[in-house]
Amino acid sequence: MIELENVGYSYGGGELLSDVSVCLSPGSFHFLTGPSGAGKTTLMKLCYGALRPTSGQVRAFDADMAGLDRDAMALLRRRIGVVHQDCRFLDHLSLTDNVALPLIVSGHDMAQERENLDELMNWVGLSQRAGALPPELSGGERQRAALARAVILSPDMVLADEPTGNVDWEMSQRLLQLLIELNRMGKTVLIASHDLALIRAAKSQVQARVLRIANRQLQLAGADL
Amino acid sequence: MSRRTIRAFVLGDAQADRMVPPTGITARLTLFAAAAMAFLAVFALALSLASGRLADRWSEELARAATLRINAPPDQRAAQTEAALAVLNQTEGVASARALREQEQAALLAPWFGTELPLDTLPVPQLIEVIADDPPYDLAGLRLRLSAEVPGAVLDDHARWRRPLVDAARSLRRLGWISMLLIGGATAAMITLAANAALAANAQVIEVLRLVGARDRYIAQAFVRRFTLRALIGAGVGMALGMIGVALLPAASDEGGFLTGLGFRGAGWLLPLLIPLAAAGVAFLATLTAARRRLGDLS
Ligand SMILES: Nc1ncnc2c1ncn2[C@@H]1O[C@H](COP(=O)(O)OP(=O)(O)OP(=O)(O)O)[C@@H](O)[C@H]1O
Ligand SMILES: [Mg+2]
Repeated sequence: MIELENVGYSYGGGELLSDVSVCLSPGSFHFLTGPSGAGKTTLMKLCYGALRPTSGQVRAFDADMAGLDRDAMALLRRRIGVVHQDCRFLDHLSLTDNVALPLIVSGHDMAQERENLDELMNWVGLSQRAGALPPELSGGERQRAALARAVILSPDMVLADEPTGNVDWEMSQRLLQLLIELNRMGKTVLIASHDLALIRAAKSQVQARVLRIANRQLQLAGADL
Repeated sequence: MSRRTIRAFVLGDAQADRMVPPTGITARLTLFAAAAMAFLAVFALALSLASGRLADRWSEELARAATLRINAPPDQRAAQTEAALAVLNQTEGVASARALREQEQAALLAPWFGTELPLDTLPVPQLIEVIADDPPYDLAGLRLRLSAEVPGAVLDDHARWRRPLVDAARSLRRLGWISMLLIGGATAAMITLAANAALAANAQVIEVLRLVGARDRYIAQAFVRRFTLRALIGAGVGMALGMIGVALLPAASDEGGFLTGLGFRGAGWLLPLLIPLAAAGVAFLATLTAARRRLGDLS
C-alpha cells in the first residue's frame, strides 16, 4: 500500500505536482493518465522513492519514506515491482539475467529459482529469447521482459509506466491481461498510460479507477472513461 | 564483515560479479600501476632495512666500543699496557677493558698484509678494546688521566668518524620509510581515480541495480572486490620482480660496505610479501570510500 499525502514536487523548472493525495490500497487497480509531461513518471518515481517530494509525505506499507535509510529503501523496492518507461535493462546481460536481476541482487540462490524463472519467461512468452541481449529485442519483447522483471520477486505492488508504450494493439492487450492476472493474484497495480482504448478495455474486466493529472493536480476521472 | 561476506568476497560471488561489466583499460592500467608501485616499494623497503641495519650496528659500536692504542717501544709496551688497563679498570663507566691478543691483532691486519705476518718483529701498537658502561665514562677525563699515566696511549672512540655515517644511515632509513608512505599514498590516489572512473562509467548500471533493490553494500562489493584483487595481483607481480632485482644485487661483503648490503637478510625476505597485502588493503579502502561517496549521491 502506498499513500501520498499533500505531496508537492517542484524542481528548478517550477512546480510539477501540488497537493496530491492518493491512496493505492492493497489489491486495487489504478490507471494514471494525463498529457505528456504532466508528471506521470514523476508521480511514480515518488511512489518508489527515486524522487523525494518537496512537500507532503509519501508512505509505503505504513512507513514514512523520508525516514527510510538506504538499506531500508532497497528492501522497500523489492516489494514494489516497477516497469520503467524506458525499461532500464543492463545491456551487457542476457534477457534472462535482466529478468532475474531482482533475484540476483537480493541474494537468492539462482539454482533454486531456475524453475520459477523459466515459468515466468514462459508466461511473458520470452522463453525463446532468453539468451538475447536487450538491444537485440523488439519494443514489445522489451516491455514484456520489463514486466517479468517487475514481478519476479512476487512484489505486493506493481507500478507500470507506459507498459504498452511502443507495442501494437494486440500486444498491448496481452500485456494488459498479464497485469490483470497479477491484480487477480492480489497485487496492487498502478499503470501510467495515455492509451484511452486500453483503459476502456481494462475497465470492462476489472474494477479500475482512473486518476488524471491536470494542472499539477490529481483528479479522479469521470465515468466517460 | 560476517564470515559469509568474507567468504563471498574472497571466492567471489559469480552472479554479483557479472552485474558490472568488465572495464578493460581501467583494469589493465590498475594492474600495471600496482605492479610498478610494488616494484618501487621493494627497493624502498630494502633501502630502509639496509640503512636501518647499518645505523643500528654503527651506533651500537659507536655508543659502546672504543680502542686504546699503545704506541710504545717494545720494552715498555707490556708495562704501559698494564698501566693503561689499571687506569681503565678504575675508571667509572668502563664496562670492560681487554688487551687484544696477538692473533686478534694479526687478524685485524690480515686484510692488508696477509696472514703470514710476523707481528712480534714489527713495531705494531698494542690495542685495548674498551667497552663503555651505561652511563659511559667521561671521555675527556679518561684522556687526561691516560696522558698523565700512560704516555703512549691514544684513545680512539670511533665517534669522530662514525657519527656522520650513522646520521647518514638514519636519514637514508627515514627516506626509505617516507618513500614507502608516498608509494602507499600514490597507490591510494591511483586506485581512487581508477575506481571513480569505473563508477562513473557504470553510473547507469549502478542506478539500475539500485532500482531493482540492490543494497549499497552489494553494489560497492562488485567494485571493491575487483580493485582489491587487481591491486593484489598487480602488486604481487611487481613485488616478485622487485625481489628478483634485489636478489640479483651483489652479495653483501665487507669490502663493498653499504652498497652491497642493500638487500634483505634472513626473515627480512618475508617482509616484501606484505607489500601486495598492503596494496590490497589500500585498494580496498580507497574503492570502498569512492563507492560509498558515489552511491550516497543516488536515490
Ligand atoms: N528533476 C527534474 N529536473 C528537470 N525537469 C524535470 C524534473 N522532474 C521532472 N521534470 C520535467 O517535468 C516534466 C514531467 O515529466 P514526467 O516524465 O513526469 O512526465 P510524464 O507525464 O511521465 O510524461 P510522458 O507521458 O511523456 O512520459 C517533464 O517536462 C520533465 O522534463
Ligand atoms: Mg512518463
